[in-house]
Parts: sequence; C-alpha cells; structure tokens
Amino acid sequence: MKAFMNVLKRKQPMNSELTTAFQIETGSSTEAFAKKEQSLEDKSRQKPLSAPGLTLKKVNVRYGDTNAIEGACLDIPSGSITALVGPSGCGKSSLLASISRMTDLTPQCQVSGEIFLGKDNILAKGTDLNRLRRRVGMVFQSPNPFPMSIEENIRFPLRDHGMRDESVIRKTIKNVLGDVGLWDEVKDRLGQSALALSGGQQQRLCIARCLALDPEVLLFDEPCSALDPLSSAKVETLIKGLKSRYTVLLVTHNLAQARRIADHVAVCWVQAGCGCIIESGDTRSIFERPVHPITQAFCQGLQG
Amino acid sequence: MRTNIWLTRGLRTAAWLSASILLFILLFLIQESSPLIGEIGLGPFFQADGWYPQEGAFQLTPMLLGSLFVAGGAVLLATPLGIIAALFGQFYAPPALARLYRGLMELLAGVPSVVFGFWGLVVLVPWINRLAPPGASLLAGALVLALMILPLVALTADAALAAVPQQYLRGAAAMGLSRWGTIQRITLPVAMPGILSGVVLQTGRALGETMAVLMVCGNVVQIPSSWFEPVRTLTANIALEMSYAVDQHRTALFISGLLLLLLTITLVAVASHFRRMQHE
Ligand SMILES: Nc1ncnc2c1ncn2[C@@H]1O[C@H](COP(=O)(O)OP(=O)(O)OP(=O)(O)O)[C@@H](O)[C@H]1O
Ligand SMILES: [Mg+2]
Repeated sequence: MKAFMNVLKRKQPMNSELTTAFQIETGSSTEAFAKKEQSLEDKSRQKPLSAPGLTLKKVNVRYGDTNAIEGACLDIPSGSITALVGPSGCGKSSLLASISRMTDLTPQCQVSGEIFLGKDNILAKGTDLNRLRRRVGMVFQSPNPFPMSIEENIRFPLRDHGMRDESVIRKTIKNVLGDVGLWDEVKDRLGQSALALSGGQQQRLCIARCLALDPEVLLFDEPCSALDPLSSAKVETLIKGLKSRYTVLLVTHNLAQARRIADHVAVCWVQAGCGCIIESGDTRSIFERPVHPITQAFCQGLQG
Repeated sequence: MRTNIWLTRGLRTAAWLSASILLFILLFLIQESSPLIGEIGLGPFFQADGWYPQEGAFQLTPMLLGSLFVAGGAVLLATPLGIIAALFGQFYAPPALARLYRGLMELLAGVPSVVFGFWGLVVLVPWINRLAPPGASLLAGALVLALMILPLVALTADAALAAVPQQYLRGAAAMGLSRWGTIQRITLPVAMPGILSGVVLQTGRALGETMAVLMVCGNVVQIPSSWFEPVRTLTANIALEMSYAVDQHRTALFISGLLLLLLTITLVAVASHFRRMQHE
C-alpha cells in the first residue's frame, strides 16, 4: 500500500516542476498569462511575433521494421502556414506526431534526426515532454474534447499547468473562445458537457483549448476532414487567422485548401517503400512551377 | 444458414433455461418461507428477543448486520486497494511487470474461498488474537473477504480503465498534462461506472460467501460493538443449522436465505445500472 502511494507521489511533482520551470522563465505564471492575455486582446496582430520557427533535419520515423518517414528535411517558418500534403500512408501524421513527441506514446516507434524549435533540439534526450507539448499544440483529425463541461475543457489544462488565479482563468476562457468564434455560441452554456456540441464546435473548442496554453507552434492533422463543409470552412478561416501569432503546420488531403490558406507547401511521397518529402517551397511555386515530376502529376492530377 | 438457426435456438433455450432456474429458486424460497410469514408476519424477525429457534424467537437483525458489516468492511478495504492496483498496472508499472501483476491477480481470483478461510484461520485469527482476543472476529472476516474479492475488483477496475477511449488520453498527452492530473480528471471519472459495477458485484459475492466467513468469524449471534468481536452472518447461520433444523426453525432459515437473495438481486440491479451508465 505504502509502495503504491510512493509511486503516485513520485509522479506528482511533474506538475510543480513545470510550474517552477515556467516561473523561472517569466517571473511568475500569473504574469505570463496576463501578458498573453494582453496579446490576445490586442487584435491588431501587429505585435512582434515571438514564436520561433521549426527546422527538421534528416528526420526518420520508423515503426519496427517499416520506415514511415526517412530523411525529412523541412523549414517551417514562424508566422506562416506550412501545409503538408501527400497520398495516404506516406507518413504525414507520423512526421507531425514526432514534432510534439507524441510518437513516444507508440512503443515500437523510433524517431531519429534533429528537430529544432528555435534553438532547442526537441528530439534531444532530456527534453521535458510536458513543457514541449505545451509549446507545441496539436489538433487531431476527429475532435476530441474531454468529457467535461465546455469551460472545464479549458480550465482543467490551465490548472494542470499550474495556473491558479481564477480571474485570469476566466479571462483566458473568454478570450480563447472568442478567438475561435465560439464565445457567442456557447457563452450561456459554459457549464454544459462539451460532448453535446456539434462536431465543428467541438473542433473549435479543441483549438481554443490549445490556444489557452499559449503555445508557439500549432500542429493540425487534417482538422477539417471529419467536419461538414460549413464547419470546415469556419475552421479553415480560423486557422488562417492564427498564422500571424503562431507557427502553423497543417496536414491536409485537400489541395484546394492548402492552396487557399498555406504560405508554404511540402509534398510527401512514398519512394522505395518509405515516405519522404520530395519537394517543398512556397505555395505558388509548388502549384505553378513544380520541379519534381511527381509533384507535377500530383498537383495537376488533383487540380484538373 | 441452417446451423445458424439451430445455434440461435439452442442458445435461446439455454438462456431461458438459466433464467427460469433462477426464478424457480426464488419461487421455491418464497414457497418455503411463506407458511411462517403467514403465521407470525415479518415483524418478529426483527423484533424478537433473540435467535432462540427452539423457543420460537427468530431475531435476524444481528446476523443481517453481521453479514452487512463483514461484506461492507471487505468492500471498504478492497475498493481503494483494487483501484490503486489497477491504476498501477495501467499507468505506472512497466508493461512486463503489469502483465505479471495481472496474471497474479487472475491466479488469486481462482483460489477457492475455503483456502482463504483456512489461511485466515491459521494465520490471521491467531495474529488478531494477540492484538485483541478472541481473534475470530468481524475484522478477521472482513480481511479474509477483502483478500478474496480484491483480485476481481482490481481486474474489473483494470478493464474499465483500459476501456477509456484512447482519444481522451492522447488529447491530454498532446497538451502536456500531468499523468496524475489526467488520471484524476479524465480516466477515473470515465471509468468509474465500470469500476463501481465491479465493486457492487463483488459486494454480492462477499455477502454470499459462507465457508471462509464461517471459519474466521467466531459465529456468536450478537450485534458487534467493535471490529474485534465475533459475529455470525446469515450465510454462516444457514450452513451451521440447516442440517438439524425442523419445522419453524427450518422455515426461518429459508427466510434468511430469501433475504440474502433479495439483497444480491438488488446489488445486481445496481451494478447493471452502473454498466448502462458507462455505455452512455
Ligand atoms: N502505430 C503504428 N504502428 C505501425 N505502423 C504505423 C503506425 N502508425 C503508422 N504506421 C505506418 O506508418 C506509415 C505512415 O503512416 P501515417 O499515419 O503517418 O500516414 P499518413 O500520411 O498520415 O496517412 P493518412 O493520410 O492516411 O492519414 C504507414 O505505412 C503506416 O502503416
Ligand atoms: Mg494521417
């Protein structure tokens, strides 16, 4: 019995460690949230961007014997949207997951290479995963709000990351729900279960939940493919509006969508049994002057 | 196609058969108990001076309380331990250790109750006796039953925790939420109906357990005033007296059996309510 309790206790400090790490960085967590809140209120979006870009250097992701991604090199500049496109099974989700180290959760999955977020190599050994995942938010294909009320979906992560000031939490809830255009729709039923929302609303709540943690990078894995066209359009517009404040990487099957909202495009393809990035560049040059023959076929095939 | 029809029919017949057997047992108990209830009513079973079957005093309250206390004590002990064990196996133990642990629990779940009783009698009772005589007591019964139901409480809790949708856990992990925070706010609440349905079913098992309890509880008919006093449970009473009971005495034992059956039916209904909650 005692041994069990010890195990539980030993794991608990994660939370407080995080808080202190955060405090050292910014003085106090409350202050940090307050600062962030200002930036959220400042809708002019002309504040200097603080989010660092991502640089992938020769990233390999393999599951046991199969190579999902091999030698992926990619620059993902901050303050813009980079779209990752390619056929099914070419390793887009795997690459995305490796950026927030979600690949660690799959036992047989191994990631090698280097991924730089600003100056930090996030694949380095001693990386604090909880802190990393706070800096790198992730939105999944099917909306996955937690089975609790709408506001708890945002309050719980904030509190878990050490935020205790209820008035700041309330403001954050209001701000991020406003950011995703959900505030007016749900302000009268914040206490109701998030699972009662429509799919599109759930997905926007998931985005709001990520924003509340003030991340630097946002990863979207086909965020619209489980939604109806109208909700899909809303989420798309929302993502477009986020790019000035975050580094955004978006996996999509919808080339038209990539063309509409992405500034840069990377094309993923399966070659010799493993996925790799065959071409990347700004959206116009990829769609109008593709260099690689496969890119040409892929983009035009789906255009025509 | 033909075999399919026959399989369906066969299964349906078997299902009806087992359902009707339960019904027959219930009817049988009611039939056996009704003469005495018709004669003296239900009141005397809870108001008589005590349990003196020869004199026609059939006070069931001490034994009913004995059953409830022993089973309740066991559940109070086994539930937190079982949940902690399941959490450990699911979230903290390395996979190999968790597998070993689960195997051990399955093995323990298969140990016959009389072996638990025997262990209680030769190890636990003398040990309690040193703390507070006589040793054979409510506490001994609760401990032995707790040990007996712990494996299944832990295994059902383990299954309920494993059934929590991965997408919630992935979502929480992707936000960098602490493991304990995730367990507290997501895993446990989602798994709770499943855990509770397991606990309730095991409560029924503890209430119905006879042999182990008979061996370690001391079997004195009294309302215990402390955990160290001996008690007699309804089940132990039936087992002890059925062999020589006649007439009204025998009927009174059937009535206590009916009481037990009604209690467990209630518990099963509660458990299925929890299970329905989990599926929603
Ligand atoms: N958990 C896993 N275990 C083993 N292999 C996996 C696992 N996840 C993915 N793979 C393999 O890795 C390769 C890339 O999968 P991934 O999901 O990254 O592709 P994707 O480009 O996201 O596909 P889609 O567009 O269909 O989502 C596939 O061949 C897949 O079979
Ligand atoms: Mg994918």
